[in-house]
Amino acid sequence: MITENASLKPAARRRLNLGKYAGFFLVLPSIIAVGIFVYGFIAWSVRVSLSQWKGLTPDYTFVGLKNYINLFSDPRFMVDIRNTVIFTLVFVLGSLTIGLTLAILLDQHLPGEAFFRSLFLFPMAISFIVTGVVWRWMLNPAITADRLSGFNLLFHNLGLDFLINQWHLTPTWGIAAVALAAIWQMSGYTMALYLGGLRAVPDELREAARVDGASELQVYRRIILPMLWPVTLSAVIILGHISLKVFDLIIAVAGKQLPLDVPAIYMWQTTFDGLFYGRGASIGILLLISVAVLIIPYLYYSLRSGGES
Amino acid sequence: MNIKKVTWGVLSILILFSLILSACGGGEEATPAETAAPEEATAPPEATGKQVEVFSWWTGGGEAAGLDAMIVVFKAQNPDVEFINSAVAGGAGTNARAVLATRLSQNQPPDSWQGHAGQELIGTYVKDQKIEPLNFLYEEQGWLDIMPATLIPLISQDGNIYSVPVNIHRANVLWSNPAVLEANGVTTAPTNLEEWFAAMDTLQAAGVIPLAMGEQWTAMHLMETILLASLGPEAYNGLWDGTTDWGSPEVKTGLENYAKALGYTNTDAGSLSWQDASQLVVDGKAAYNVMGDWAQGFFQELGKQPNTDYGWAPVPGTSGTFQFLSDSFVLAVGAPHRDEAIAWLKVAGSKEGQDAFNPVKGSIPARSDADKTLYNVYLQSAMDDWASNTVVGSLAHGVVANDSWKSEIDTALGLFLADKNIDTFQAALVAACQSSGPCQ
Repeated sequence: MITENASLKPAARRRLNLGKYAGFFLVLPSIIAVGIFVYGFIAWSVRVSLSQWKGLTPDYTFVGLKNYINLFSDPRFMVDIRNTVIFTLVFVLGSLTIGLTLAILLDQHLPGEAFFRSLFLFPMAISFIVTGVVWRWMLNPAITADRLSGFNLLFHNLGLDFLINQWHLTPTWGIAAVALAAIWQMSGYTMALYLGGLRAVPDELREAARVDGASELQVYRRIILPMLWPVTLSAVIILGHISLKVFDLIIAVAGKQLPLDVPAIYMWQTTFDGLFYGRGASIGILLLISVAVLIIPYLYYSLRSGGES
Repeated sequence: MNIKKVTWGVLSILILFSLILSACGGGEEATPAETAAPEEATAPPEATGKQVEVFSWWTGGGEAAGLDAMIVVFKAQNPDVEFINSAVAGGAGTNARAVLATRLSQNQPPDSWQGHAGQELIGTYVKDQKIEPLNFLYEEQGWLDIMPATLIPLISQDGNIYSVPVNIHRANVLWSNPAVLEANGVTTAPTNLEEWFAAMDTLQAAGVIPLAMGEQWTAMHLMETILLASLGPEAYNGLWDGTTDWGSPEVKTGLENYAKALGYTNTDAGSLSWQDASQLVVDGKAAYNVMGDWAQGFFQELGKQPNTDYGWAPVPGTSGTFQFLSDSFVLAVGAPHRDEAIAWLKVAGSKEGQDAFNPVKGSIPARSDADKTLYNVYLQSAMDDWASNTVVGSLAHGVVANDSWKSEIDTALGLFLADKNIDTFQAALVAACQSSGPCQ
């Protein structure tokens, strides 16, 4: 490299000048692509959501917020909101709890740490569809004795018959069973986030606390957990937006059935099966707003704190 | 370093542009095929490039085998045409139709696609001018004399015929397991809903699943047959042309009967496909299953014998009525390979094509001149009923309601399956007919 630079010195200087603009031109295709395919299509969706388009032929007749107002008196959309809230609570709290527990266990520097770290992280490498297909079998909701399978059969063979249940077909709370599959998939990832956070806590701090007579429990409660708050916030944002957009996992576990409906599935069905494009677009925009409510304050916070440091 | 960066940058921009150019080129290629036809004599021969893309949701069981058999006939008659089988998996075509809707809204239609005869075609594709009238083909091939007269109005609008029906299916079939019924003392076949419910009470008390059901669309299938049994063919037809009031006490009685029937179904219905549900009957785990007669092709594939492993009858209370649906193929407006698509439609409507497809799929031909000896004992009985019964259309399979109306009914049904509130359900059905059906 050095000899190359020395021999090409004048030419290299000219290229360096060019480099200033080259950076911009290199990014330009992505700027254009993002502008069209993200922001352009958001604008187009907003327009469709304010129209009465129904059927295969576009119809952009402006109807104001009618589609949105109708959604909030639509019993199916109420089911969607209920399911999203239950799914998000179970999934985020479950992943955080299990992720933090695993991270603290791994942080004890026991033998086999690398093995378990990979083991817990592996589910994240699988797509939600694959997870869904496997969990569909494990969560088999048949409860009659001759047709048990998956978890229900396991419970039966262990003599724990009282635990046999209908999983995702349980009225109202069925969506929580699907959230179990999501927890299985994402808690390893949450663990990795927390483990990074734990490793960032200086050993001196822990030792200082111990010298001052703090018990191990107090070290975690007073020193380490408060220092993990930024990690928890990131994890909540990442898990939360996955949860708001969930679609493939539910389809894979349970197919399209209304008790497990979420906004993304309603959007798809009403648009492509029912050809209600206006309604479908307004569900899409509501989804976007709900994710934005979660993400934008976070971006604001992290950009500001990034600027200060 | 900089040299490398710039080189890579230039390379990637070149690749990007070549991708864009090739994408545009792909789009342009499609249009000349359409306009080139008159110039064929002067144009250089392109014998190797002939193809036809046919879109369907036949990917498994007797359906895929039947399609394959018909493709063999097509290839024998058109050896130089490449057949592109664009089938998308998913029960009753729910996934396939989402894909198709996207392609059509982007004006990239397949040459021909499968559609249920009736409002699914007329209400959606004809209204938006996505398919061509086929009267010329019917006249040229003499199909008007050979296909049933009752079928033609259902696939036509304003005198234009829009699709080529390949087969006729029956929706209102009650499949049963003779051994399970006999073991539990159900020896006489029920002839109306009351007798059927009484028989299912006996079976439920004996610990057998009286009625196997699967995911949500099979629940809609059950609903339409029970509405037909409760209302009779005339009032049932009136539901779809606006002459029967969805809010009437008769419809309410029908919905109450439906709610009662749901009480006999397996608790895990929501997690089963139609195949899973039908298989419960031939495996002896359930006594009855209401499913279209494509179940018979599935039973054949499982190696089950008619009358010993499974029995059939019209759904109690619907005897003398043939609740039908028909798979048919259409010609896309702007089909990239129009001549080859017409060749495909000729095969689909021919005696040879239909007799290749139907015995395997487990359906009866739409033509009346088919060779009866090719068909098994169930299909022969269905052919007799098709010729003699009152014909009504199916809801779950696109004959009687357009897509939007059907999807609103499906939503109302899904909510009903969860809360079992008949009054809310009926009100939602009235609203669905007003917003997307013929009711004012």
